[in-house]
Amino acid sequence: MKAKVIVMPKQSILDPQGVAVREAMRHHGLPGVKSVRVGKVFEIELDGADDGKVDEICRDLLSNPVIEDYHIVPVEKLDIVGLNE
Amino acid sequence: MKAAVIRFPGSNCDQDCHFVLREFGFATNYLWHKEASAAGYDLIVLPGGFSYGDYLRCGAIARFSPVMKSIIEQAARGVLVLGICNGFQILCESGLLPGALIRNRSLHFLCEHVRIRVENTANPFLCASEVGRVLRVPIAHGEGNYTADAETLRTLNAGDRVLVRYCDEAGRVAPRANPNGSAENIAGICNAQRNVFGLMPHPERACDSALLSTDGRAVFDSLLMTLGKSRAA
Repeated sequence: MKAKVIVMPKQSILDPQGVAVREAMRHHGLPGVKSVRVGKVFEIELDGADDGKVDEICRDLLSNPVIEDYHIVPVEKLDIVGLNE
Repeated sequence: MKAAVIRFPGSNCDQDCHFVLREFGFATNYLWHKEASAAGYDLIVLPGGFSYGDYLRCGAIARFSPVMKSIIEQAARGVLVLGICNGFQILCESGLLPGALIRNRSLHFLCEHVRIRVENTANPFLCASEVGRVLRVPIAHGEGNYTADAETLRTLNAGDRVLVRYCDEAGRVAPRANPNGSAENIAGICNAQRNVFGLMPHPERACDSALLSTDGRAVFDSLLMTLGKSRAA
């Protein structure tokens, strides 16, 4: 199994890194940038497929549900979002 | 009175905690994070530092250390657990305390003395202090911005579980006295059973006049008072 896990700060949580990057982008000549949020991407390769366990690990380890949401992108969709490199 | 100071790879305030606990008369042991048991102690301290290099999120990997399972069991049995700085982050990651600590609003690592106001003394960690007392204690963190959803904050307030808040010299809990952006100036909270306390400031670094403040003694005096009483009982 091959997948990418995208972890993003929840919409309701202020993301101080995102705010700082947004300000830097404005200073770099993009005054129209409204919002930037900084997250993480995990590339995972494993033998076999255990979606339940992967989901559990995303919830318990890769993300903190208090402040973050995660999204598992399975390999067959990686091409669609241009992540299969 | 027996105390354990847990050592994770990357802990760096373990010796400070050990030193202060010994000064206060605790028989204090270090406990390596791979130990399976944290049983037999009256107090378990999770010290500050950068466990596992803060990889993934602060405290996220330490939470799965073998010793944590036993600490969670001991906490459920009523043993006192004190998490300072990275220790507070680990307590939040492990679910012993609600909420999370995210990047400081300023993005800067903050290393300075701040003031915190004692909000509640009906707990084992501040019972020797007074409500409203202002303590001058150091902070040293990049991720101390306490965050929780509105319902969690309501529950914490309703249960008098916010034990210390950042304040100014006069004890006013004002936005400008908030060093890191924490919700409602929260510097430290306890669990519903009131035996687990996590805070970002370092009381152990404010117990000797050579370190510019002795206000941190309030925490260790309180622990002495609590455990001395329970021993006598």
